[in-house]
Amino acid sequence: MTANQAMIENYRNSFLKEVEANVEEGEWVKMCMQCGVCSGSCPLGKFWDHPPQEIFMMIRAGKRDQVLGSDSMWMCTSCYNCIVRCPRELPITHIMHGLAHYAKRLGLVPANQPTAKFAQKFWDNLMAKGRVNELKLGLSLYFMNGFGEGVKVAMKNQKLGMNMMKAKRMNPMEIMGGHAVQDLSGFQKAIKKAAELEDARIAQPGG
Amino acid sequence: MTEVVATNETILVVGGGISGMTAALEAAETGKQVVLVEKRPYLGGRVSQLYKYFPKLCFPTCGLEINQRRAKMNPNLRVLTMAEVMDIKGEKGSYTASVKLSPRYVNENCTACGDCEKAVETEFDDEYNYGLGKRKGAYLPYRMAHPQRYVLDPNIVETDDGKKAKDACKYDAIDLDMSEETIDFPCGAVIWATGWRPYDAAKIQPYSYDRIANVITSVEFERMADPSGPTGGKLVRPSDGKEARKVAFIQCAGSRDRNYLLHCSRICCMASLKQCTYVSDAYGEDADISVYYIDIRAIDRFEDFYQKVKGIEQVKFIKSKPAAVVADKDGNPVVHGVDTEGYKRFEDTHDLVVLAIGMEPSVDKDDFPVDIQINREGFIEAAPENGGVFAAGCASDALDVNRAAQHATGAALRAIQAVTGAAGVEG
Ligand SMILES: Cc1cc2nc3c(=O)[nH]c(=O)nc-3n(C[C@H](O)[C@H](O)[C@H](O)COP(=O)(O)OP(=O)(O)OC[C@H]3O[C@@H](n4cnc5c(N)ncnc54)[C@H](O)[C@@H]3O)c2cc1C
Ligand code: SF4
Ligand code: SF4
Repeated sequence: MTANQAMIENYRNSFLKEVEANVEEGEWVKMCMQCGVCSGSCPLGKFWDHPPQEIFMMIRAGKRDQVLGSDSMWMCTSCYNCIVRCPRELPITHIMHGLAHYAKRLGLVPANQPTAKFAQKFWDNLMAKGRVNELKLGLSLYFMNGFGEGVKVAMKNQKLGMNMMKAKRMNPMEIMGGHAVQDLSGFQKAIKKAAELEDARIAQPGG
Repeated sequence: MTEVVATNETILVVGGGISGMTAALEAAETGKQVVLVEKRPYLGGRVSQLYKYFPKLCFPTCGLEINQRRAKMNPNLRVLTMAEVMDIKGEKGSYTASVKLSPRYVNENCTACGDCEKAVETEFDDEYNYGLGKRKGAYLPYRMAHPQRYVLDPNIVETDDGKKAKDACKYDAIDLDMSEETIDFPCGAVIWATGWRPYDAAKIQPYSYDRIANVITSVEFERMADPSGPTGGKLVRPSDGKEARKVAFIQCAGSRDRNYLLHCSRICCMASLKQCTYVSDAYGEDADISVYYIDIRAIDRFEDFYQKVKGIEQVKFIKSKPAAVVADKDGNPVVHGVDTEGYKRFEDTHDLVVLAIGMEPSVDKDDFPVDIQINREGFIEAAPENGGVFAAGCASDALDVNRAAQHATGAALRAIQAVTGAAGVEG
């Protein structure tokens, strides 16, 4: 049974309970009074399939697949406009990230979702050396949408790159592998242990 | 020196709005001695600034007039206007109140003939009209003001205008030498009826009240609708004086919001429904009215009024708390938001936006001159610790006039019981 199936089994009739138990700040969802201020305040709102207000209603209405498979929460740029304006002080931004994270754990992210792709690249980059290699991360981003596109973007940003090198903000030698944290294997062990704990928690629904 | 005859059986009422007047009259009419202390130069409070009352759409002046007549006729009631309670010491049955009286510069000889007003020139923002219009430095606060006596603005007293006013008065009613005084007197119980004030709309930054002339508050709209108000009863745009036919009401402006006021102000849904009728009465089929709301709270029998307004073809209800109001290039306010019924974005342009502004207690938490239990919304809690101090009307919660008056009657009874107890101990 996949983690996703286990969750469906466990929270058969209450997606709200599932969200409360598993999604960061999920216990706030029920506090939403459907006023709409968050949706109207979101600068990217018109690109969302379902604005936050609607997501909260869908959670309560048990629309599990539509919510977790949605592109919407991945559109959040953490501008915090909604949080400061919500009359009920819901931590909306955090809930959006919590939902995205949960959907990712259950393998429900829509294919080719750009924010999810970037997040994965960032993670992989960080895991390799225990620190972010900005040069490699930047390049992998440029080429995220194919080789031709990558060359074009790289050319466009050439001057910026040169300036960063001059200002010692970027070291071209980092391309050779880059430097790592002091105790790289210790770091990787710690992360592995954390991942195990997290997986165990998810595998034990309601935990 | 102003004399006040009072004993430990006297009831002090602070605030002369509809609640304070009701409590004072109810107590005085049972034979108790009552001193009513009002900060403004006249009685009636915020009700005097309303055009019509929901749900009957009658004029508040009529109810106020009855109360004013009752007040005039009752020998047990002493009214002090332009007066503020600075301190209350003691306990239930034996308090000493310290009251500051500001000079009016006009004595009881005044016949309200208005000659002083004609003689002076300098103008000031008219607080009665929430600053929408101007008044002179010698003025009658409003047409029906009780007492019917003029007031001199302290700013003109030492100027030419002060002299002009004095010279113009045929009745020797103007006394430029009046000065502030503080008087102390005993009382056995206190009724606290200081009411409410509109929440500061400028604090709700996304609604641009301080930046767009055509965004106003519901209390200002009441003044606008009044034929004796600053626009002569015309519903117009402050920016250019053009007719305001397409009007938006934004509900819960400041209320039910942890960033502003925690509580539901209770009456603003009804106030906006009432104000919808002002617009539709003024412009008939040419009116175009939108009410943006979270939910309409027309409690109990007010539901009938809601249904009535819903029946007006020119009124639309949009279930949404708007996110922002911005001005277009012509100064028209544009309301932005997402509609909860369908989650559609909207961008609606109006002639005028009226913010259904929340009601907050008129006295700040830390400014009470007496120890009293205040709830987290800033209203007075009924609590035994309050001793002989009882709240009446909007000092206790956001209430409509009917409920405020009922509450005030209850407070009067409690105060009567408190001073009667005091008499028992003494006798
Ligand atoms: C836009 C709007 C429209 C409304 N329309 C209606 C309606 O149609 N029908 C209805 O039933 N209700 C209506 N209301 C509600 C109504 O205004 C209140 O119910 C009413 O004013 C309550 O009266 P009150 O005496 O408790 O308070 P207030 O009217 O606020 O009176 C308090 C009095 O105390 C005085 N005071 C304050 N502080 C001090 C102090 N420190 N010392 C001495 N005196 C002080 C004030 O000057 C004032 O005179 C409306 C409210 C709003 C906002
Ligand atoms: S602003 Fe807050 S209360 Fe309003 S819809 Fe959004 S989350 Fe719900
Ligand atoms: S009465 Fe209506 S407008 Fe006023 S705060 Fe309550 S819900 Fe909002």
